[in-house]
Formats: sequence, C-alpha cells, structure tokens
Amino acid sequence: MSVASQDNAASVGRVGRTFVYLTLLLFALFYLLPFFIMLVNSLKPLGEITGGNMIALPQDWTIAPWLSAWSTAQIGVEPTGLKPYFWNSIRMVVPAVVICTMIGALNGYVLTKWRFRGDTIVFGLMLFSCFIPFQIVLIPMARILGILEISGTTAGLVLVHVVYGIGFATLYYRNYYAAFPTELVRAAQIDGAGFFQIFYRILLPSSGPITVVCVIWLFTNIWNDFLFGASFASGDAAPMTVALNNLVNSSTGVREYNVHFAGAILAALPTLLVYIVAGRFFVRGLMAGSVKG
Amino acid sequence: MARAASVDMRTRMQELLPKIVLAPSFALVLLFVYGFIAFTIYLSFTDSRMLPSYGWEGWTNYSKLFRIREWDTAITNLAIFASLYIVICTIIGLMLAIFLDQKIRGEGLLRPIFLYPMALSFIVTGTAWKWFLDPGIGIENTMHLWGWESFEFGWIKDRNMAIYTIVIAAVWQSSGFVMAMFLAGLRGIDNEILKAAQMDGASNWQLYRRIIIPLLRPAFLSAFVILSHLAIKSYDLVIALTGGGPGNATAVPATFMYSYTFTRNQMGIGAASAVIMLMTIAAIMVPYLYAELREKK
Repeated sequence: MSVASQDNAASVGRVGRTFVYLTLLLFALFYLLPFFIMLVNSLKPLGEITGGNMIALPQDWTIAPWLSAWSTAQIGVEPTGLKPYFWNSIRMVVPAVVICTMIGALNGYVLTKWRFRGDTIVFGLMLFSCFIPFQIVLIPMARILGILEISGTTAGLVLVHVVYGIGFATLYYRNYYAAFPTELVRAAQIDGAGFFQIFYRILLPSSGPITVVCVIWLFTNIWNDFLFGASFASGDAAPMTVALNNLVNSSTGVREYNVHFAGAILAALPTLLVYIVAGRFFVRGLMAGSVKG
Repeated sequence: MARAASVDMRTRMQELLPKIVLAPSFALVLLFVYGFIAFTIYLSFTDSRMLPSYGWEGWTNYSKLFRIREWDTAITNLAIFASLYIVICTIIGLMLAIFLDQKIRGEGLLRPIFLYPMALSFIVTGTAWKWFLDPGIGIENTMHLWGWESFEFGWIKDRNMAIYTIVIAAVWQSSGFVMAMFLAGLRGIDNEILKAAQMDGASNWQLYRRIIIPLLRPAFLSAFVILSHLAIKSYDLVIALTGGGPGNATAVPATFMYSYTFTRNQMGIGAASAVIMLMTIAAIMVPYLYAELREKK
C-alpha cells in the first residue's frame, strides 16, 4: 500500500523540500525532547537538577533515582516504591486483556457469520458503550463493586476493564471478520461442522493480525487508565498510574524530581515496549477502529 | 422418529448457540452501561449527597448546577480546550501527514517518533509537562541559564493562562495520532485521479486544495469525532498537570464531576454534571455511529 503511493507525492522544488525536511525534523524534536529530558534528568543527582540546566547531560551519572522510584520512594504513606503497584497493574491488565479479547472474538464471529434480526442494534449498543464518558457510570459502579465485595481490589478493576473493554474488542473482530469470506463458513456448515468447530478451525487460525491489534489496544488503554484506578482502588491495590500520581504529588519535604522522572518512565515502559515491538500494528488497529476499511 | 427429533434438537441448538454466546456480553453491556446510565440519570433528580438517596427533587440539581461558578469555569474551559485541541491537532496532523507523504527519506524513523507519545499515559505526559512548564526549573529557567534573562513563561501558575498549558501537553500527546489517520487517508487515495489532475496542469497547491483535501473528508470526520470525545473525557491530564488549579482555574467537567461526587458529597449535582457530559458526547457520537452502521449494511 505504501509503496505504490510513493507516486502520490507531487514533486516539490528544492526550497520546498528543505522546508519540508526542516519542519519534520523540528516536530521530531518537539516530540522527542520531553522524553529525552525525562530520561536525562532521571539519571542526575537532585542537586544538578535544581541548580542546573535541564537539557544538559548529567555530570554525575547515577541510577539511584531509579532504584528509589522502584523500591523505596514514598507512595502515599508507605515507602514501598512503585514496585508493588507495577505488579498490581500487571495483575490487572493481563486477565482483563485475555478475557476481553476472547469475548470480543466470539462476539465478532457471531455478529458477522451468524447474523440475526436486530444484530445491528445489538452491535450499535455495544459500540456506543466504547465512547461514553466514564463519569456516568462511576457512582453505580462503586455501589456494585461494594455489593460484590470487590471494591478496592484488583479483581474489581479487572471486572470494570472487562466490561468497558468488550465494546472495542467486539468492534475490532467484527470489522475484521466482516471481510472474511462467509462462503467458507457455509461450506463447513454443510460438511457438518458446528458453531465452535468453525470458529476454531476456520476463523481463529487467520485471526492473528487482528488479535495483535486488539491486545495492543486493550493493553495500552487499561494500563494507562487512571480514572477507574483512582476511583475504585486507591489504596494497596492501586495501579501504576495512580501510584505515580501519588508519588509526584504527595511527597513531603524536598521534591525529588529525578525520582519522579524515573517513576514516570517506569510507568510508561510497558506500553512503550509494546509500542516499539508492534507499533505498526498499533497504528493499523487504530485505523480499523476509527476509519472505515 | 426419535432420530428425526434429535436432529431437530441439534439444528435448533445450532441456531440458538450464537445467541447464547453473545448473550452474556450483551447482558453485561445492558446492565453496566445502559442500566448504570439510567441509574445516574435517576440520581441526578434526587437529593443524594454523600450516598445515593432516593428523595425526588426534580430539576433542582440541574438548576443548582448551572448557578455554580465552578461549573461555569469548567464549561468555559472545556470549550476553550476542546476547540484549540481539535483545531491545532488537526492542523499539525494534516501538515505532518502531507509532508511525510512527499517521498521523505527516513519516513520509517520519523513516523514512530511522531506517534510514540500516544502510547503514554496522560499521567506520564502530565508529570513531564508540569515540570517543563514550571517557571522555576523548566523551560523558563533553561532560557535564563542560556542568557535570555527576560524570557518569561509562567502560564501554568497563571489563572488566565493555565488552561492553555493543558492544550500544549494534550496536543503533544495526540497530534501524531491524527497524523497517522491523515496519512492512512492520503495513502488510500487513488493515484489515477492525481495523475489525471497533474496532466491537466494542476499545480501542487491546487492539487491539495481542490482534490486531495476534499477526498480526506472521512479522515477529518473521524479525527473530529475522536478528538472531541477525548477532550470531553479528559480527566487524567488535568489532574496530573495542574490538579485543576491554580484555584479551580483549570477545572473541566470531568474534574468537576469527580470532586462534587466524591469529595464534596454533592452526589446529585455530580450526577447531573455527568449526565450533561454524556449528552454532549451522545450529540456527537450517535449521528456518527448511526451513519457508519447504516453504510455498512
């Protein structure tokens, strides 16, 4: 797709090209600089930050801020570092993503290959649920979690993320399976294959690309969530984003900026890794979710 | 007979199975989305304070809500933030996409650089930008150290300007994503059309203005829908960057709802503000989704 379109670009004059390159480089700098500054300053002793230039490289390289952010920094009242909260997030994100993806795949399969009267309405209702402002569900959610006795726990957060992730997962698989030849499904049916057999033998083997997309999308969304974490699990079960916010805002005494930056990078690391490893799919997935086709 | 009956059972089972598979998710969505929405709407008409309570109060919460100064600030802020955020992201996104589409060397390197901020949490973005924008240690201090003594950039501490710092950080985070949407749109345009136009002697400028940009209409629409819904939902970034301050100068509906419901024990008013947020998003999303679903049929 991108190779053929290289011809799209109409040729521009030399001055024009220089301008284009300069602008692109300038924006690359704009996007990179904040991360560079975070990284550089997370490797400096505090004195160099408050007294020095934020863009300068460290004179005294140190990984002490990273160690502190990971295991000894004050989060709320406990000096535990971000470590326990990092694992909270992992324990939250992995089950939620797995469950959501499985449900989404089955839903997409039903909605495209086993269509029934009113399926568009069902899908429409699920789709709209992706876009609601979550403020509208906070109050009843808090009550339900209380009734189920899982408020303030990771299990509660998993439930919340599964419920509000189903819509997107279904959307991805539905759009993907819609393009899958229905004739193959019908042929298998005539041969006597059942509902699940068709799914496992025919659709699932070719679902690799969309599964990557769906997993990446859900992973970044759930890992980066703050609202639900802050509302339903602000104590020991808090996810990484909430803990980072506590670290940055609640530190008494001297503000340890270098520790804050190390913490921020730690919180960003999993999604960045996922993005670096599978970024191309990520973009493609966002397209599938937002732009048609 | 018996055999026919069992075959019949089996086919009926096969017919029902898809619906049985779909039913739990649909039930979850009905309860946790639409049931909860109904419940919140109901609460917005009651005298709920710290806990839900069911004394009917009619429109009282709504009329109270619109007399609260902070809600006024929140709405104004959202209007400023959303319009600037959408417009600037669209301009930067479109420009970068068009530039990247000019047979650029190193495109494969530049694209991920433009895009990576959107993999970050708004809390991380907020933490970083809070610091850069802090006059004491951030950009202002750097400029002073470089000898530009008169440089001043204290927006984040300024009641009137703080909302614009949120725009800066949000644009940093999302504009690359808009670029990707436009780039996908550009790459999807049929080459033949462009060649024909070029043969007819269309200049580059004309080509973009008359043909390419109008063809990108779906990308514009998707960008608008996604950005506006992100803007209305934005909560994390404001919390991490300014905490809604200074004072409540950068309050937005999302932070307003949270503080009225959970810290000020005015649940009825909080619910009313959530309903207004939902209605605003619905006004944008419902027509869009309706059109999408109809076309797909």
